Amino acid sequence: MSGEVVLELAEVTKVYGEQPPVRALRGVSFTVRRGELAAIVGPSGSGKSTLLHVVGTLEPPTSGAVRIGGVDVAGMDDEELSRLRAREIGFVFQQFFLAEHTTVRENVADGLLYAGVPVAERRERADRALERVGLAHRAGFRPSTLSGGERQRVAIARALVGEPSIVLADEPTGNLDSATGASIMALVEELNAAGATILVITHDADLAERLPRRLRVLDGEVVSDTGPAS
Amino acid sequence: MTFGDRVRVASVGLRARPLRAGLSALGIAIGTAAIVAVLGLSASSQAGLLAEIDRLGTNLLTVEPGERLTGGAAVLPAEAPGRLTLLGGVSEVAHSARLEDAHVYRSAEIPAAESGGIQVRAASLGLPDVVGTEVARGRWLNAATARLPVTVLGAAAARRLGLGPGGRIWLGGRWFAVAGVLAPAPLEPDVDHSALIGYPAARDQLDYVGADAQAGPPSTIYVRTQTGRETAVQPLLAATANPQAPSEVRVSRPSDVLTARAAAAGAFDSLFLGLGAVALVVGAVGVANIMIISVLERRSEIGLRRALGATPRQIRAQFLGESLLLALLGGVAGVLAGAAATTVYAAAKGWTVVIPPEAWAGGIGAAVLIGAAAGLAPAVRASRMSPTAALRTG
Repeated sequence: MSGEVVLELAEVTKVYGEQPPVRALRGVSFTVRRGELAAIVGPSGSGKSTLLHVVGTLEPPTSGAVRIGGVDVAGMDDEELSRLRAREIGFVFQQFFLAEHTTVRENVADGLLYAGVPVAERRERADRALERVGLAHRAGFRPSTLSGGERQRVAIARALVGEPSIVLADEPTGNLDSATGASIMALVEELNAAGATILVITHDADLAERLPRRLRVLDGEVVSDTGPAS
Repeated sequence: MTFGDRVRVASVGLRARPLRAGLSALGIAIGTAAIVAVLGLSASSQAGLLAEIDRLGTNLLTVEPGERLTGGAAVLPAEAPGRLTLLGGVSEVAHSARLEDAHVYRSAEIPAAESGGIQVRAASLGLPDVVGTEVARGRWLNAATARLPVTVLGAAAARRLGLGPGGRIWLGGRWFAVAGVLAPAPLEPDVDHSALIGYPAARDQLDYVGADAQAGPPSTIYVRTQTGRETAVQPLLAATANPQAPSEVRVSRPSDVLTARAAAAGAFDSLFLGLGAVALVVGAVGVANIMIISVLERRSEIGLRRALGATPRQIRAQFLGESLLLALLGGVAGVLAGAAATTVYAAAKGWTVVIPPEAWAGGIGAAVLIGAAAGLAPAVRASRMSPTAALRTG
């Protein structure tokens, strides 16, 4: 792997509250290059969720630098960060967060809603993204008629539809049985093989084990990093 | 985002929960409907009166005796109608004389005090045409029946006596045959409440005698002017009717009364308008309530949208837009319902349906203002929600 750096953290800290302050991140540094598939693994309370939020620009770090696509997010206001998320970052959540009243296609197309893409092109690209996750035949269905695994595939398609620099997947198999979870991880690997940069955040060491790179987080620090796969 | 995208996003909550959206819009719909109906009904009833005035004409003037300078009631000269006929701009003249001492009863057995408020009037033969009425049943007086104990009843008098052509009434101490009944004369309510007889009959049967043994003087002269000449003719009438004492003559225009009534009908009912306003306020509270609940319930949607790249401004626009849509929906439904109510009622009354633009534009405008007011605080709250806090609740 020798792609350009898409994500870089340098000495990132995050402190919540004042009395007493909670030091959720204590100087985290690592880089992710284009085309990588990495796991951030750690038990609950280790700070991995905070790390996800900081990397996803949903929360600003207390100190240190976060660079996404070479751009330092420090000093960006809320509007600029939102535009950055719309273009550069895709999210996949444990709870899927699908809109139940509309179709699978519209759910995926919403991934482009805030990137300024016209509606016709959004739908067209949604159909292509659904094809990539193997759900083209479900485009006109409502999410409530889908199985859990299919719902997570829809959420993955929504994260991918904008071709972001990096996809952040927060416990993507957490709400799924192990067989379905395995199929989702197989899809993640397949999408990575096709070029997507994916960071999976999980507490599941077994799941992390199958990924080419693992960053272990404990008490707000990266305690081990297997490094980019060669 | 394009306008279409904004509307699509603003309508997400409505499409997800149509029943809730409908119920919360209902309050605003009721308020708007009440306001539109009140304004529409008053405008329609005014239009109805104005149409009636148009039909009856505003070119009828009446000349009546006023007060003497020395006190006491004045009397019009007997030759006044003849002189008025010769006045330029006057097209028709008729007159009647109220016989104060004569009363009307169904029979001779009825006590004298129970006259029923019906007047006895001697009438010139042109009277129905000039005051704008016509014969509803039977016949009007002619030169022959004007000399005989024959009467024609005004509409209200006939209703009160319960009589029509072919009946007879006890009038001034003798029987009179009823020859006909007039249609209502809205411009001259006195005619409606009268039993009309000929001047010769008044003189011969009821001793209504003036100077030189002719019939007595008229007490009301009805003057139809040529269309549009009424204001020019009006100031000349007093001096023409009584050149010796013009100040003892009172001239009026009966349609002024109807015009005033039309103006009053156009003034809407402030009680119902107030009720409509109260319903609107209640509706606004309902929408505000739903929006607050909606923002709390949809924290994870807000978090997701922020993660997908929605700016705080776009989140605010989404919820403000949803509130505006709700209120607009209620406003449009209310305007339609109010217009329908006005149409049904006005059609039943035979009025032209008039929905004033300020009623429907104001109704929708008020709804939009309410939507903005009710949605602003929840929308600002949604936009300030931290994306991570919003996602944690999911």
